Amino acid sequence: MSATRYEVPGWIGTVLVPTINICLAFLVSGLIIVVIGEDPWQALDLLISGAFGSQEAVGYTLYYTTNLIFTGLAVAVAFHAGLFNIGAEGQAYIGGLGVALVCLAGDANLPTFIIIPLCMVAAALFGAAWAFLPGYLQATRGSHIVITTIMFNFIASAVMVYLLVNVLIKPGQMAPETRTFAEVAWVPFLHEVLAPVGIKLARSPLNLSLALALLCCVVVWAFVWRTRWGYAIRTVGQNETAAVYAGINPKRCIVLAMTISGGLAGLVAMNEILGVQHRLLIDFVAGYGFTGIAVALMGRNHPFGIVLAALLFGALYQGGAELAFEIPTITRDMVVVIQGLVILFCGALEFMVKPRVESMYRWAHRTGTGS
Amino acid sequence: MKKTFLVAFLSCWISSVVIAADSEPAVVYDMGGKFDKSFNEAAYMGAERFHKESGMQYRDFEPTNEAQRTQSMRRLAGRGANPIVAVGFGYAAAVEEVAKEYPDTKFAIIDMVVDLPNVQSIVFKEHEGSFLVGALAAMASKTGKVGFVGGMDIPLIRRFACGYEQGVKHINADAEIFQNMTGSTPAAWNDPGKGAELAKSQFDRGADVVYAAAGGTGIGVYQAAKDDGKLAIGVDSNQNHIHPGTMLTSMVKGVDVAVYNAFKAGAEGKWVSGVQVLGLAEDGVGWALDEHNSSLVSDDMKAKIESLREQIIAGSITVHDYMADSTCTY
Repeated sequence: MSATRYEVPGWIGTVLVPTINICLAFLVSGLIIVVIGEDPWQALDLLISGAFGSQEAVGYTLYYTTNLIFTGLAVAVAFHAGLFNIGAEGQAYIGGLGVALVCLAGDANLPTFIIIPLCMVAAALFGAAWAFLPGYLQATRGSHIVITTIMFNFIASAVMVYLLVNVLIKPGQMAPETRTFAEVAWVPFLHEVLAPVGIKLARSPLNLSLALALLCCVVVWAFVWRTRWGYAIRTVGQNETAAVYAGINPKRCIVLAMTISGGLAGLVAMNEILGVQHRLLIDFVAGYGFTGIAVALMGRNHPFGIVLAALLFGALYQGGAELAFEIPTITRDMVVVIQGLVILFCGALEFMVKPRVESMYRWAHRTGTGS
Repeated sequence: MKKTFLVAFLSCWISSVVIAADSEPAVVYDMGGKFDKSFNEAAYMGAERFHKESGMQYRDFEPTNEAQRTQSMRRLAGRGANPIVAVGFGYAAAVEEVAKEYPDTKFAIIDMVVDLPNVQSIVFKEHEGSFLVGALAAMASKTGKVGFVGGMDIPLIRRFACGYEQGVKHINADAEIFQNMTGSTPAAWNDPGKGAELAKSQFDRGADVVYAAAGGTGIGVYQAAKDDGKLAIGVDSNQNHIHPGTMLTSMVKGVDVAVYNAFKAGAEGKWVSGVQVLGLAEDGVGWALDEHNSSLVSDDMKAKIESLREQIIAGSITVHDYMADSTCTY
């Protein structure tokens, strides 16, 4: 085992294999597009230019990326403790509640530099609390985290609908939404931040939350790989019995990992609510929590990989929307099929390609060096 | 040579796009998607009718998240689409934002009021139409118990439910009404299985007529009614044809007419901005009677409903609007 690993360098598994997988996914998507009677090259062109072709396109892509970095990191942190957190969706949703409560209470009399950090803390705290309960149940009662987090998604949804329809709704309006928050609480858009320094960007929903997301990546990396707590969490994730033997308390690690995971998911609200919508509205999470699972898996639970995977999915979201916009026969469901194929090839079918590529590399290496 | 040809081709193509896009109308659907057999599909039918009659092309878009509402409207406006019809109250913020950026483009929004000079707001008095089908349900019911299945628990659906309840009570003050909402996620608009279960549970409690205001979920409700030999009432589009013989009627909401009229007014230059409130008097809402349900509606019932309709139009019966005070006390 160690001998074969020695022969195949890391970039085969981390760069080449994912690239081949993505190409295969696009190949199958192309075939499907041919079947429905459209030109796959045109579709590919629209997908790529739709995601990266203009400043506005890049802005939208990075805006989706921001959401997916948060949820991807959330899933990854839990995964390091061996926990499959399906509940990022609900945790992000409840995070939005935290942000809204702070804004509704304080946007009239708090300055920007107080209210935005306060919102950030509230988003993380509310998300963390929503993940703490399943984590606690898993640690103390053994209630399976997959089941409880899925259930908590539904509870979150029910709670939010109740609150938005009956309590937080701006009175007399049809849509179950809060009032728009005062401008002091808005996370500034990037095109607004850069305008005074002479950089003109096209308008897009991209806002400074991206910086927060990237900062979270660094913090998560440092936490998981450079702290005692991170080490304990990884040990529990790999072998709980060994962790106990090493004097680590798995219960505490499980609760801690879930709490951090929920906190990261809750930060989606910074981008969606404070960055873009400026009001709390129903179902603003729109599936980013679930896509975060795919992002974490593709990114190998490493922050750097998560950024790349989030960028890929962000591009698929934005490019896919443009594709559906430009070619009416390619519906939004078709775009979901393409995303699904990417997940299928990069996640589920990874071991279809990897062993073959590795043996090919070994063969080429052997014949190349003549050994 | 090849290059000049390409440039010439491209410039022709671009100019043709500009010409074609000059006053091409557009419609953006709500999250439910254009083939929900109900609300959005009605909008689609209206757009298709305009397309067939005038031969003009139109653009459409189905969003998958909130950000795409603004994005798609801005893209359409930027390309010169005019008028742009937004289907559903969820577009309120997007319409407000984009309509300010494109003051020369005409916008219409359905189910919500946006007060801008270039926006036409089209709202319906769903409570009036629901009152009529409620009265019909009470007349058709033998057990004195009727049901209501809503999609998600939002004010709009409560308005349907409240109008229905008033109609039922108007005919039979002792009638019992079972109300259930399908769920708390947007999936509630497209969950026929759960719709069927809810309808069945209402039948088990004695209901023999059930009204669904739940988008695609309604399909399951109607199927359950057919399976159990009970009656169901459709919503938004005329859904009587789905199960002839067990569909008592449908509460028709003129979303198709609204989209058609907006497109037509835009094409003919007869656009009027402002708020249009479409109730029974304007034929914006109503009840559907056709060959599929004529055997279920006796002449007496028909006469009674028509007289109620006239009384509501005349103002001698006022139907309480849930939205007026966020309660259903009347």
